[in-house]
Amino acid sequence: MPTLLPSSPQSARQRWMATLARASADELTARAEGLLPTYTRLRGPELGLVMLQGRAGGTGQPFNLGEATVSRCTIRTEAGLLGHAYCLGRDLRRAELAAALDAALQDPAAHDAVQRAVIAPLAATQAEAAATTARRAAATQVQFFTMATMRS
Amino acid sequence: MTNLAHPGFVDPVHDAQAGFRAVLEAMARPGCVHVVAGPPEPPPPLDRATACVLLTLVDIDTPLWLDDAAEAARPWGTFHTGAPAAVLGHAAFALALSPIKLATLDAGTDEGPEDSATLILQVAALGTGRLLRLEGPGLAAPTTLAVDGLAPDFVAQWAANHARYPRGIDLILCAGDRLAALPRTVSIKEG
Repeated sequence: MPTLLPSSPQSARQRWMATLARASADELTARAEGLLPTYTRLRGPELGLVMLQGRAGGTGQPFNLGEATVSRCTIRTEAGLLGHAYCLGRDLRRAELAAALDAALQDPAAHDAVQRAVIAPLAATQAEAAATTARRAAATQVQFFTMATMRS
Repeated sequence: MTNLAHPGFVDPVHDAQAGFRAVLEAMARPGCVHVVAGPPEPPPPLDRATACVLLTLVDIDTPLWLDDAAEAARPWGTFHTGAPAAVLGHAAFALALSPIKLATLDAGTDEGPEDSATLILQVAALGTGRLLRLEGPGLAAPTTLAVDGLAPDFVAQWAANHARYPRGIDLILCAGDRLAALPRTVSIKEG
């Protein structure tokens, strides 16, 4: 989950949008208290389906694995900033909060406060959860090299 | 602020259903003027009824042509409907803010007349202006429709369109929050 994105003008926004998309509605509500801009809904929040693609092995052909429910929202702040959000799942409130925070993060005056209060703590929690999963998975990993040496 | 930044329908499902019902009624009774609710803040230069018809009828499967004046609303239309751009002769829907030649639109084929284009024309006013006398299916007796902003030779162009039946285009007229429709089956004379 620690995504390594190339450093481009969009990469900072990609990082915070990814963090917002993984956070739950409760987390966002708790942390965004007082930081949300006044906004108009342009589209949604609404539900839809996206096709997930899978690939068997590193060299396999991509195939359609199945569909996932996605909620999305686009809002416009009074200053004219556009906030977009796409989140897995059916929580419309979550998509709307994420879109509002995306717009707030584009506002130079509000960026640092939102980054400090919302994005940084959420990113830390998410990184920790990813590390825990990785550790658990690593404990079950089979070292084929060791088995080969043991046999000889 | 770009033109993308205008909202679509407030309640997409019910507003689109209401818009569809208005278009359906307008097509079934040519010349009858209907008032639609539409999006609260239509993107300039579109009127509310024009924006409503666009959001109701156009989607990702219907290539859309816009005239030069309407092109400013393209980002908004693409964002809310996903409609691909098309050249005039291949568009399923054409949106024009000033009169265009009806013969330039796709009229379908005799085997597939349903493939023809629908022209959404935004006019200056409905209910005032030049009087058209309508006759045809859906009308028990000939009726009249007043439209301000049609081409001077509209009646002649329409006669040619009507004569191609079952081929031909259908026309939706929009002005402000009002719309009326002229299906290809209706015959028009100067009132």
